[in-house]
Amino acid sequence: MWTWLHKLGSPPRFYRWTGRLIPWFGAATVLLMAAGLYGGLVLAPPDYQQGDSYRIIFIHVPAAWMSLFVYMVMAGAAAVGLIWRIKTSEIVASACAPLGASFTFLALATGSLWGKPMWGTWWAWDPRLVSELILLFLYFGFMALQGAFEDRRTGARAAAVLALVGVVNIPIIHYSVEWWNSLHQGPTVTKFDKPSIHLSMLIPLLLMALAFKAYFVSVVLMRARTEVLDRERGNSWVREALGEQ
Amino acid sequence: MSLSEFFHMGGYAFYVWTSYALTAAILVANVVVPLQRRRKLVDDLRRRLRARRNA
Repeated sequence: MWTWLHKLGSPPRFYRWTGRLIPWFGAATVLLMAAGLYGGLVLAPPDYQQGDSYRIIFIHVPAAWMSLFVYMVMAGAAAVGLIWRIKTSEIVASACAPLGASFTFLALATGSLWGKPMWGTWWAWDPRLVSELILLFLYFGFMALQGAFEDRRTGARAAAVLALVGVVNIPIIHYSVEWWNSLHQGPTVTKFDKPSIHLSMLIPLLLMALAFKAYFVSVVLMRARTEVLDRERGNSWVREALGEQ
Repeated sequence: MSLSEFFHMGGYAFYVWTSYALTAAILVANVVVPLQRRRKLVDDLRRRLRARRNA
């Protein structure tokens, strides 16, 4: 496992492997999303309380899950980069940040668009909403700190420290609906007993969640791959990879 | 279900379709921007390599 990780950390290998993986994840994204959208927008019945407005769930919940998942990947990759000084890992962490910020923004925006008809307000100073907003600022902070230093690797280290400190926010977001009296509803899917959501809604929700995950993998690898090429531009493998001798 | 019913979303069309459109726009932008960046970088690297070889 460790030797495998170490090999993958070598830029030419990373470049080659990701080149093979991206098309598969891209295809999986398209298929899963098509199935999830069809199931969620066409097949699933309207909710007995919320009518058709609940259909925002099929993007809101996957986006919110991804906002946390991407943060953990980013913090994990940043930690590996910080401890073992693996450049590829720093690059992966920096490729995560804009995607994580996008998912967080989508979770907040679609939540707002769902909150207006259901709660009667676009925004509330509610623990779940505020902690998710803090997550958005953590992503922005990470990106800003990375670019704030002359030396890219110093920036990566400073940003990694921020990412690791920010990890405390993750359980706060997750448990906010249980710890505090929140306007936001409690979890419906990740309960240990039976999830309180009907299969006709649960299946498209899980398909969309998988689609978002596959999308994230393909885009994060795409970004990281370009960055690897940029930073390694002087090396002979780059010349070969570009088909120039 | 008719097509107009589908677009009407039981009266929640604005909220539902704005959510979906916003999501689509952001997901597409996150693919297009890295692709453009990659194309620019690859073109630039190729040009430099050729310039150096011809020098």
